[in-house]
Formats: sequence, structure tokens, C-alpha cells
Amino acid sequence: MELSGAQIVIQSLKDEGVEYIFGYPGGAVLHLYDAIFQQDDVKHILVRHEQGATHAADGYARATGKPGVVLVTSGPGATNAVTGIATAYMDSIPLVVISGQVSLPVIGSDAFQEVDMVGITRPCVKHNFLVKDVSQLAETIKKAFHVATTGRPGPVVVDIPKDITDPRIKVPYKYPKKVVMRSYNPATTGHKGQIKKAVDLLLAAERPIIYSGGGVVLGEASKELIELAKTLGFPVTNTLMGLGAYPATDPQFVGMLGMHGTYEANMAMHESDVILAIGARFDDRVTGKLDEFCPYAKIIHIDVDPASISKTVRVDVPIVGGVKPVLDQMLEMLAESKKKPSKKALEAWWKQIDQWRSVHCLEFDRESRLIKPQYVIEQLYEVTKGDAYVTSDVGQHQMWAAQYYPFDKPRRWINSGGLGTMGFGLPAAIGVKLAFPDSEVACVTGDASIQMCIQELSTALQYKTPIKIINLNNSYMGMVRQWQEFSYESRYSHSYMDTIPEFVKLAEAYGHVGIRVTKPEEVRPALEQAFALKDRTVFLDILTDRTENVYPMIEAGKGHHDMKLRVALGTSTDRELA
Amino acid sequence: MRHIISILIENESGALSRVAGLFSARGYNIESLTVAPTEDPSLSRMTLVTRGSENVIEQITKQLNKLIDVVKLIDLAESAHIERELMLVKIRTSEHSRGEIRNVAEIFRGKIIDVTPTSYVVEMTGPSEKLDAFVATIDPDSIIEVVRSGPTGISRGEKGLHL
Ligand SMILES: Cc1cc2nc3c(=O)[nH]c(=O)nc-3n(C[C@H](O)[C@H](O)[C@H](O)COP(=O)(O)OP(=O)(O)OC[C@H]3O[C@@H](n4cnc5c(N)ncnc54)[C@H](O)[C@@H]3O)c2cc1C
Ligand SMILES: Cc1ncc(C[n+]2csc(CCOP(=O)(O)OP(=O)(O)O)c2C)c(N)n1
Repeated sequence: MELSGAQIVIQSLKDEGVEYIFGYPGGAVLHLYDAIFQQDDVKHILVRHEQGATHAADGYARATGKPGVVLVTSGPGATNAVTGIATAYMDSIPLVVISGQVSLPVIGSDAFQEVDMVGITRPCVKHNFLVKDVSQLAETIKKAFHVATTGRPGPVVVDIPKDITDPRIKVPYKYPKKVVMRSYNPATTGHKGQIKKAVDLLLAAERPIIYSGGGVVLGEASKELIELAKTLGFPVTNTLMGLGAYPATDPQFVGMLGMHGTYEANMAMHESDVILAIGARFDDRVTGKLDEFCPYAKIIHIDVDPASISKTVRVDVPIVGGVKPVLDQMLEMLAESKKKPSKKALEAWWKQIDQWRSVHCLEFDRESRLIKPQYVIEQLYEVTKGDAYVTSDVGQHQMWAAQYYPFDKPRRWINSGGLGTMGFGLPAAIGVKLAFPDSEVACVTGDASIQMCIQELSTALQYKTPIKIINLNNSYMGMVRQWQEFSYESRYSHSYMDTIPEFVKLAEAYGHVGIRVTKPEEVRPALEQAFALKDRTVFLDILTDRTENVYPMIEAGKGHHDMKLRVALGTSTDRELA
Repeated sequence: MRHIISILIENESGALSRVAGLFSARGYNIESLTVAPTEDPSLSRMTLVTRGSENVIEQITKQLNKLIDVVKLIDLAESAHIERELMLVKIRTSEHSRGEIRNVAEIFRGKIIDVTPTSYVVEMTGPSEKLDAFVATIDPDSIIEVVRSGPTGISRGEKGLHL
């Protein structure tokens, strides 16, 4: 079969099983858009900003586990995609981003809409390619998918000069079934000796905890994690990225850990004698002050990326490998072992944990006349029966969604953790809804974040992706305001906006339904109404208590045992603001 | 501690900037970097000298290994190895200093490879300290320029860094 470069790109995507491309046209990719026009297999989703394309593809990838595909033009199209690429990179999300480039002969001449995309994205991709020969196009695309989806996943950019896609130049096409890259061989199974050491340590532990992260979601190892936790009877805590990989409603789950984690999770980490870290990367939001991190613990760490191991915290038993194969190996060894975890020690440990639990660190004022954001999330949980896909933006609302919506399944909680990209939630929700049209998709957002990619409301209309936007509107950049309250004596420098748009009208202008909610008793009916409107995107603009803070909190430079808890129910230190 | 990391890397355009970019992005220092194709033209051999604590060096080698273009690497400092650096020094000469410079160059096993009525170019290879020592013996005012390749190295014995 002889195809042009443009046809090769589209045919390769088809052969790769790609359902959707999220993109935006322009000069350098016009040949590609012409090839898209002439087929129906790969559906193109026209976004309103290239950042939206990357986040939508990213949301699709997080929800499905399949790589998200993006197509942007050269120059400004490419640079607009960079924030989304970096977002995916930080959270290890597989994306293949195809960017147009100026024609080969003019590269380097400051040609119209030329930027060095390979150079610009180098620090925020897993790998990138500049295609210089049309006969290598199919293989390069195959390599891009291979690299993006294996080992520690991540975004891969394929930069394609316009002349490579010239419809007049045809070359034989064959999509490789497999590629071998001599310089790229990600680990799979773990070292047996190391796993044996880990098993011995686990079986001798008296105050153990499983600290699991995004790697369990990425590695599809939720089932194995549950089996392991059940076999051992250990408490489990998840990072923000790991939520759902272990069912939050299970009694062994002690909540999220880290800066806004639960009291019991952080205290259990601090007091533990053995930590089993699985697909988690000891991020600074998790560890707090490194010198005070888990002073009594021996640490076992399973990660497919050796560079994640002993990066910030030195570990005692490193195990390089995929979570799923390594947990399988571990389970097998545990089954063969005659030794069992000490019942007595675990009983005492659980008693201690229950004591920490009795602090009820997530309690909040349920009597308030103002709408409490936590209450909204609880109601969202009930109305969606805990089974929605929830995307979020970045800020307080993100933390409340993580704390008050107990996820029981992996890939349901979709947020930007590593880069913390405001503007992620709405386009991500569109990507999720395209992947799962029959599931409920909610986007929990804030009045500042939502404005960063609000133009995608138009995309949601065009492709009929009925999502529910839950805007926790405090007319502040709440998270910034909170830090200013705690660390800058309430000097609220530019964390306030007094010209917030009328979101209801805005939603209506985009062709959607807008509902404003101002009283606690309106929250539940509004949510029910929104989800009853099956085929409409609904924007719930919910005016929440403006001074509410996220608790608990480990402030910068403090250890796990040094958490700031809510002082008394319903109090906020600067009530005068309300 | 000083480490000398020897890297086998795909000979692709951009591979060098991936390595250099990694060092600047992560705040590691590069003392020197040399690179050239190997006997297999699809591969380049890179020698990189860096300094850092054990933890930093461990991260550096892990991060380098993570680059898709990197095929293999070793930290030569971990075992017996040989290091050599090439230096070219242009020295201003006068009637009465020429003999002295020739003598010193000879002691250091340097070669004079360019001669004009007023200058010499001395070529010298050896461990970096030897080159330092030679430069230190020359009157600084007479040095016109010093060009050094940065060290490159190889392990001792029959084992090699191969595919
Ligand atoms: C406002 C805000 C507040 C935050 N507060 C918190 C907080 O309180 N608590 C918290 O936990 N986070 C918090 N975060 C998120 C934080 O910044 C990090 O993104 C997060 O902690 C990282 O999660 P993780 O360790 O699970 O790693 P991920 O980023 O999910 O990385 C996954 C790890 O697993 C490995 N891996 C991937 N695939 C596999 C596989 N198949 N097999 C084995 N290993 C694999 C990877 O190599 C990597 O090391 C916050 C973020 C924001 C924006
Ligand atoms: C693109 C981007 N710019 C700035 C920030 C810093 N930042 C983090 S949270 C936040 C405020 C978010 O406000 P809002 O969306 O209203 O959410 P709230 O915290 O009030 O729930 C800001 C500005 C960021 N994370 N992303």
C-alpha cells in the first residue's frame, strides 16, 4: 500500500486502535486535516484552545488507561499544548502529541510559525521525535505509542514537518506490529531476592502501613493491591494520585496522606515501623519535612522507574518492576510462607489507629447557614451513588473532592497532582465523557480555575458531552487565600476577584444550563436536577462559605505528626471577611 | 566526589542536548563533556565528568539511564580505569625562552606541532592533573591560549562497554 505522509499518520492511528484525536488545525497540519476529512474511523474532536486538547486527551487517558492523542499545528499551536504536555508528564500519563512543523528545508530560518518544539518540550516529555524522512513516519509513530504506554508512562511528542505530509509524495506503508528499541527496555518483574527481603520485613512488622500511589492506577494493579492488603491485614493510605486504587470505603483504608491527608494516615505513617510504598514517588506534598519523615520505619519501595527510588527518601528495600507483576510475585511468596503477620501486634496497631480516627479530622460545621463546600461534595457523592467520574481543577475544591468523595474504583478520580494545573478539569471531563458516554461525569472546580479553560464549554456543546460542572464559588483563589491567611497574616494579595462573571449567563451563552445555588437546602435539589438533565451540560454555580479552609494541613516545613487541625467546628480565623 | 561517567548513546541529532538539558534542568554540574561516534556509527560514546554526593551521583546515573537515547552507561570512577585528556597550548616565545619551553614540553612528553618566529603550539595528552602541572610551569603571561578536550576514559582489563 502506497500512502502519503498525511495518510500514513491517520492510518497509523487507525492501526493503533485510536478512537479520538483532540486537535486544532493550522497551516503546518493542513495536509493532515485533509486526510482526517477523508475518513471516519478516527474521530477528531475540535477543541477551542490547544491546552484544552491536551487536557481532554489526558482525561481520556486517565479514565481509560489508553493513550490520549493530540494534534496541533506548529508555532503557537504547539506552544499552547505545552502546559497540557507538562501536566501529563508530571502525573505519568500516556499521550501521543503530534505537532506540525515548518517544512524541513526552512527549519532553523525563523520561518512563519516556527518554534523548536522538540527543544521546548524536551524537559517535559518522556521522549520526542522530529520526523525527517517520510519512510520512517509509521515506525516513529509506533515507537511513540510504545514509549508512551510502557514502563513509567508519559507524553511523547512527534514533530512532523509539513513537507513530510505532502499528499503528492507516496511511500509504501506498513504499520509495524512491534518495535524493538535497543536503548529502551523498561523493567517488568522484580528481583526475587529483593521481594523475599520485603516479604520477611512485612511479616515481622508490628506497625506496618501500605502507602500506595498513582503507579497502582497506572499499572492496573488495584486487584492485586486489595488482595495483598487483605492477606496482610495492614492499613492502607493512598496519595492524591492513588485514590480509588484501594476502595476508600473499606475499613482498612485510613484516607489520603500528606499535606491535606487525614490525621490517622499521617500519624500512622509517622509511627510505623515498616512502610510498603507501591507506585508512589515520595513527593514533597506527601513527605513534609524530610528530616522528620517516618523516623522509625524501614521502607520497601516498588516502582518501575529506578529514578523514583531513593530520590528524596532513602529506602531500605528497593524493588524495580511493574506493580502488577511484582505484587503477583509477592503474593505468591506470601502464600508459600509459613509465617503469618503477628495478630497481637496488628491488633494493638489497629487500636492505636482507631484512636487517631476518633479525632474525626474531616468533621465540619453542618449547622452553618452558609453552604459548606464539604457538604456539596458529600451530596455529590450521594446523588451519584459514589459511582461518578470526578475531574477537578486545582485549589481547595480539589482537596475537598479528594477528601469527601470516597472513591472505590481506580480511574474515577481525575486531577492534576504533580503540576497542579488550573484549567485541567473541564477539558478533562469532556475527554472522560467521550470515553464513557453512559457514565456520570462531574467536574469539581473553583471560580478561578474554571476561567482558565472555560472556552471548552463550546466543545462540550458541539460533541454533546453532557457533564456536570460543580463550581464551588468562593470568589477567591481559595487555596492562595488560605496560605495568605496562615502564612502572611491575612494579607490577601491578589487572591480575590471582584469581577467574577455571571456563570449562569455564561453557561447559557454557551448553550448549556446554568443554575445558581445560594442556600444549603438548595444544594441537594440542584444536584438532583442537574443529573436528571441527562443530555445537557449543567453548570452549578454554588456560592460557598468564602472563608472556609482545607483541614487538616501540614504546613510547609513541618512533619507528619505536626498537623494543623480545625480548631473548633465552623470556625475560620477571619470570619470578618464573610 | 569526582565521577567520570561513560555513556553509550544513540547517535541521533538532539541526543547531546538531552544529556546537557538534563544536567541544567536538575541542577547537576558538568565539569566536562566529550562526545564522538564509536566504531559503530549508529552509536556515540560520551564521557562526562561531574561532581556530587553519592546520592546525587546515583540520581544522575538513574536519570541518564532513563533517557530513551541512552543505551548503557558506567561510572568509571567505580573501578580501575584510565583517563586521558588532550591539550593544545599556544605559547608566546622569545629567543631566550624557546629552549626552556622545549625542555619542559619534553619532560611532560608534549610535542611542539606548530612553530612561528614568536610562538609554539604544544600538544599534550595525559591525565588532567599532568596537563594542569604543565600549564603551571609556563609563565602565565606567555600563554596565548589553552584548549583542552576534557577527559575521556576507558576501563582497564578486557571488559568493555558494549551493546
Ligand atoms: C493543591 C494540591 C495539594 C496536594 N496535596 C496533596 C496531599 O495532601 N497528598 C498527596 O498525596 N498529594 C497531594 N498533592 C499531589 C502531589 O503534588 C503529587 O502529585 C502526588 O503526591 C504524587 O502522587 P504519587 O506519589 O502517587 O505519584 P505519581 O505522580 O502518581 O507517580 C507514580 C509513581 O508510580 C510509578 N509507576 C508508574 N507506573 C508504574 C507501574 N506500572 N509499576 C510500578 N510503578 C509505576 C512511577 O514511576 C512514579 O514513581 C497535591 C497537589 C496539589 C495540586
Ligand atoms: C495555571 C495555574 N496558575 C496558578 C496556580 C496557583 N494556584 C493554585 S490554587 C489557586 C487558586 C485556585 O482558585 P479556585 O480555582 O477559585 O479554587 P479554590 O481554591 O477557591 O477552591 C492558584 C492561583 C496554579 N495551580 N495553576
